[in-house]
Amino acid sequence: MSTEVEAPPSGRPAITTPAPPARRKKSPYPYWFYLPAAVIFFVFFVVPTFSSFFFSLTRWDLSTWEFIGLDNYVAFFQESALITGLRNTLIYAVVTCGLKVVLGMLLALLLTSQIMARGLLRSVVFFPVLVSTIGVGLTFTVLMDPSNGLINKSLALVGINGPAWLVDPKFALLSVALVDVWKGVGLATVIFIAGIVSIPREYFEASATDGASAVQRFWKIILPLSRPAITTVIILALIGGLRSFDLIWAMTRGGPGFTSDVIASVIYKQYQAGFYGLSTAGNVVLFLLVTAIVFPLFRFLTSREVDQ
Amino acid sequence: MRFAKSWRPIPLLAATVACILALGACSAGDLGSSDEGGGTTLSFLVDNAEGSVKPAEGLAAAFHAKNPDITVEVQTRPGGAEGDNVVKTRLSTGEMTDVFLYNSGSLFQALNPQQNLTPLTGESWANQLEDIFKPTVSVGNELYGAPITSSTGGGILYNRKVYEELGLQVPTTWADFMANNAKIKAAGIDPVIGTYADTWTSQLFVLADFHNIAAADPGWAQKYTAGRVKYAQEPAVKGFQRLEEVHKAGFQNKDYRSMKFEKGVSELAAGKGAHYPILSGVVGNLAASDPERINDIGFFGQPGDDAAKNGATIWMPAGLYIPKSTEGAQLEAAKKFAAFVASTEGCEAQTKAFPPSGPYMVTACELPADAPQVVKDLVAYVDAGKVTTALEFQSPIKGPALEQITVEVGSGLRSAADGAALYDKDVKKQAQQLGLPGWE
Repeated sequence: MSTEVEAPPSGRPAITTPAPPARRKKSPYPYWFYLPAAVIFFVFFVVPTFSSFFFSLTRWDLSTWEFIGLDNYVAFFQESALITGLRNTLIYAVVTCGLKVVLGMLLALLLTSQIMARGLLRSVVFFPVLVSTIGVGLTFTVLMDPSNGLINKSLALVGINGPAWLVDPKFALLSVALVDVWKGVGLATVIFIAGIVSIPREYFEASATDGASAVQRFWKIILPLSRPAITTVIILALIGGLRSFDLIWAMTRGGPGFTSDVIASVIYKQYQAGFYGLSTAGNVVLFLLVTAIVFPLFRFLTSREVDQ
Repeated sequence: MRFAKSWRPIPLLAATVACILALGACSAGDLGSSDEGGGTTLSFLVDNAEGSVKPAEGLAAAFHAKNPDITVEVQTRPGGAEGDNVVKTRLSTGEMTDVFLYNSGSLFQALNPQQNLTPLTGESWANQLEDIFKPTVSVGNELYGAPITSSTGGGILYNRKVYEELGLQVPTTWADFMANNAKIKAAGIDPVIGTYADTWTSQLFVLADFHNIAAADPGWAQKYTAGRVKYAQEPAVKGFQRLEEVHKAGFQNKDYRSMKFEKGVSELAAGKGAHYPILSGVVGNLAASDPERINDIGFFGQPGDDAAKNGATIWMPAGLYIPKSTEGAQLEAAKKFAAFVASTEGCEAQTKAFPPSGPYMVTACELPADAPQVVKDLVAYVDAGKVTTALEFQSPIKGPALEQITVEVGSGLRSAADGAALYDKDVKKQAQQLGLPGWE
């Protein structure tokens, strides 16, 4: 990738590449201006990251440690909940990411069109993003109670026998994913709105002159030109889905049994049990997994951006 | 867009290292404090269950009345695995309260007592405790805890009115129990209450079966700690099989998967369910929610195969511990408080604050004559010598995932054999973390 990219239409700033030092004009500011940021970055990011690589190779009880090589990784990969957790993590990430992109785009189209109370509706859609995840989780746990919950009682009024949302192993993970989408779609919508609004008016005027239909306008103008926004939403939603934990923990604690465990909840339970080395190894694995999925995806999506 | 950045190494390492060292040196300081009047304040951390908070507050008040210059301040923490985390983290960072309440047995062993706790072996009350309690708060020759709250029976709580109406007898074998269940179901009552929304309640059929395991093989706990016997083998696998059997027979209430513990207690009291495999500590909830029905509820130990060896599994009270971080005047006061807790006055203060769920572990303490029926039933087992302390008091090993596994077995998601085998794997991690021999 050698192409320098201009700032994409959405206004997202491109990362500018510093010129080789030899050709660079000497900065008027001394390097030690970097010091505060560097110290914070080093203490809170670099040191914990590298110490976690080390502690993942030990049996550790927070005060003493014993070096055991790769045993923690062996134990982690033999964990029977891990397979379920891995599968569930991927299902959860793909389902929430896909729904957020599709629903977010539909909502964004609606909320950029000329409709009544547009400002209010935009706020309403965004509102769940501002609410605490744990609060949302607890509220929906009550709403989704199979016999006394509002959802199933309402369904019963129209003669539908609602599923046992959170306690049925077939539905538990998807129920949580739906709540996650409800909570997170507002953010996707706002990013899409920003993307759509920043498309120059001239394209729409020209297409109107040529007699393009609304559907054609969507496929030929809005969708391609809001690609940077779509990239941003996919990346954010996918990373969020892959490392999601709080909502699942608040709603099912990975249950019933292990059926809605994701990698993060498996790791958390190991930490709770006092297996600090083992859970640190799990975190290293999760870190590598997220990197392995998101990094190539990001390059792929941004390279497509450049090609057009 | 490029990822490559030109990186100019700037010699900040020394400054950064200095900063880290400075960070490491900070600590929030001692949480307990001496106040102006020369009196001492002891901070006291307990879990937030009513059965712990109420007795703790009762003890604090009674102790302050007797020693006006010492004030005990009760603080609460979450229970369960989250609470374990809080306690372990605060202990290893030296931020623990002056005294704290925590489980005895395997969870106590996991606190690394030799390193973190002050031994109390030399205290005058240390030899006035019941013999079955002492080992559960000891490591080697040192005793670290005073018994706080009463012991608790684990087994089946049953509605005596339902038994009376249907003309049933308290079962002494598992087959009798299942026969009773069939009759109860035929009468339109839920035979066994399940409350899997609170996952810990799903473990009882397995944990309360320990008396039967020990009856079949008295040395089982030692062999288990040494890694020579497993849950997937007889006789231990029976507990998992019994859980499975109850599910397969359709004896659970319809909403066992989403019901919570408190609701389960009130279903039992109302006679909508006949049996509830749970701890006798439920009497505290009953006294608060259904005081007029408290004596409708009785207790029996989980029956096994042999009526002659019938008995109950008993849980030891929690311990009151003093962390090593408590020093000087605080330590003096803390030891005084521990002595008060382990005295007859301490037992009385606790009984006044919260109904005991079983006998106290201080030899001189007596239960009140008007104790609830559940407690009387349990005492009958204790007096007859037909009790075994639960496995967690005889072995340092308890796997953390048992409650998820028992939910799966009890909901028919996993077979008993598979569940037991999975639990054996879970336990292996715990044993390795503790560095026990025979598990490598």
